[in-house]
Amino acid sequence: MGMRYVRILSVAVVGLMLVGAGCKKSPETPPAKAPGTKAPAAKTPAVQAPVAQKPVAEAAPIKIGAIFAITGGASFLGAPEQKTAEMFVEQINQAGGIDGHKVQLLVKDSAGKSEAAISLAKQLIDEEKVLAIIGPSTSGESMAIKNICQEGTTILLSCAAAETIVDPIASYVFKTPQKDSDAARRIFEVMKEKGITKVGVTSSSDGFGNAGAAQLAKLAPEYGVTIAIAETYATTETDLTGVLTKLKGQEVQAVINWTVAPAQSLVAKNMKQIGLDVPLFQSHGFGNIKYVQAGGEATNGTIFPCGHLLVAETLPGNDPQKQVLMKYKQDYESRYKEDASTFGGHAYDAILVLAEAVKKAGSVEPEKVRAAIETLQGVVGTGGVFNFSPTDHNGLNKDAFEMLTVKDGKFAVYTK
Amino acid sequence: MNFPLIMQYGLSGITVGSIYAIVAVGFNIIYSTTGIINFAQGEFLIIGAMTAISLHQILPLWLAIALAVIMTTILGGLMEVVFIRPVRNASVLRLIVITIGLSILIREAMLHIWDEQVHSLPYFTGTSISTVTILGAHISPQVLWVLGTSAVIVAGLTIFFRFTPTGRAMRACADDRMAACLCGINDRWMVTLSFMLSAGIGALAGCVISPVTQTQYDMGAPLAIKGFTVAILGGLGNSMAAVAAGLLLGLLEAFVISQFASAYKEAVAIVVLLLILVFRPTGLFVRREIGALRAA
Repeated sequence: MGMRYVRILSVAVVGLMLVGAGCKKSPETPPAKAPGTKAPAAKTPAVQAPVAQKPVAEAAPIKIGAIFAITGGASFLGAPEQKTAEMFVEQINQAGGIDGHKVQLLVKDSAGKSEAAISLAKQLIDEEKVLAIIGPSTSGESMAIKNICQEGTTILLSCAAAETIVDPIASYVFKTPQKDSDAARRIFEVMKEKGITKVGVTSSSDGFGNAGAAQLAKLAPEYGVTIAIAETYATTETDLTGVLTKLKGQEVQAVINWTVAPAQSLVAKNMKQIGLDVPLFQSHGFGNIKYVQAGGEATNGTIFPCGHLLVAETLPGNDPQKQVLMKYKQDYESRYKEDASTFGGHAYDAILVLAEAVKKAGSVEPEKVRAAIETLQGVVGTGGVFNFSPTDHNGLNKDAFEMLTVKDGKFAVYTK
Repeated sequence: MNFPLIMQYGLSGITVGSIYAIVAVGFNIIYSTTGIINFAQGEFLIIGAMTAISLHQILPLWLAIALAVIMTTILGGLMEVVFIRPVRNASVLRLIVITIGLSILIREAMLHIWDEQVHSLPYFTGTSISTVTILGAHISPQVLWVLGTSAVIVAGLTIFFRFTPTGRAMRACADDRMAACLCGINDRWMVTLSFMLSAGIGALAGCVISPVTQTQYDMGAPLAIKGFTVAILGGLGNSMAAVAAGLLLGLLEAFVISQFASAYKEAVAIVVLLLILVFRPTGLFVRREIGALRAA
């Protein structure tokens, strides 16, 4: 015992810290898209069994594969996606299937790992010969299997955010979540209205934060906004008053914070604590009521873009999405006894788009269904109204986002 | 940079430093009696805070925190009895590896008992928007609670280790276990007691910092690493030095942020730790001669 061992230990700890710091910067694990927190919750086991197994006489069943991060660090995305997919396929089959074809869903758990996603994709394509793959949940996994699906002529409907999934276009690859750039545009539009021209940006040093900060920097000039200062922080940060003091020193007129980490409520609290009384804008990562609860009063007035699901109840009756959103929300919440999230909605939209395409093509041949997706117009999903084209494999525009704010601890639609 | 801004960086440093300090204090107790660095210390913090958050739904804040501290204390004792004690004649390094294993076990258990979401206790005074203004700069009142609690813990520990028979028995064990045994001290129980004490203090620290840092099941490890750095910086085993070192590191980080990109902040902690290990391995606040004696 004594100093020698303390020294050995300390060196080990320094090593750990360096490794940790290195990992955070690793580009191969962009934690995909929006809200929620990181982390597991492996409460639902990976479901390997097909949901509907008995093919009905008339038509052959359609096999759809699904790869979700049901366990592991991205399970806040994968678990609701898996539940949604199973529920929706069951509903489709009860209603007689798609054009008489029953749907057979094969769900696989990648635990958020790209290697797992690759081997599962190969298995689904080569052995199961599925028509399409729904998922994966994260951007990293989606990029890892983009070419595999393209070469295997299997349709991929990704549930991840990164725009690189559909840009450049691969003819068999589509995605359903809204784009980062559209979130940034919506934020800048509000700023323009408010006459804000000088902002400070804070973002987490991970895939989601870096991608968002890059989009903000790229689009700011279009809206006459100057980013006076851009700072990053570790996702594990427990206090951000230092970084925010720096923003205060630059006399910014607003703060934009881009992360999915718990820092979303810290920023709100710390701004109020150091007397930085300017509007706070956050990414679509803020669409999780837990962050509002953790941040308390300080989060009131935060402005952020988000899919319409969170404010489904308050949408006007003539909103095209109202009916779809309310039905999805009620079905999900009564079945699983937990709040519906926008993530589960991405899986819902993916299956919906596929079903519409099969109907339109009147065929289950991959090439015909793929081509049919590119012609789909006005498909009302949970993420927005999809209008695909051969050059747009996402199909959503910035109207898919609603600007929300926090009022008395609850989400509400932002009004001027 | 004008004066209020400099003050604001200073107060920001104190905010961060107070969190480091209160975490570091917990490390020192087990080290003082056993020579073990308990890498599950961060998990004690989170267990304490999570339990208090759950209890607070039905109980008043103070009662919830008190119960959470008691429960975590018992858990710390159980942990020692079940996992550490049966490993006879184990080297210190082996015991440390056990605590690392335990930290992973506790973390996963917490994930299943609670969830992966962020939680937090309410502010003890005021709300998340309250501030105390000092010379034109602002600080959260909760930071004053953290500093106050650290002071009370350090004072309590000093009295306990210096003036109570149990505390002195614990120090005797740390010094020379065999000799302590010969004097009739039950060394096994002293070790258990040190785990209980550090679990309890960890839980209290977790509760006090929860409004500031928020609480999530996997937050323990990063907090513990910073706490450990600070404990080394001050000189292991010395609680008062740990608090001073915590505040020092916090201030240092805040002023690094003021001049450089905030990403360099982590590098500062590592560089400081390395410098200390090379030039003052006994810690900043321990006299060299004493350090040399201890190392022997």
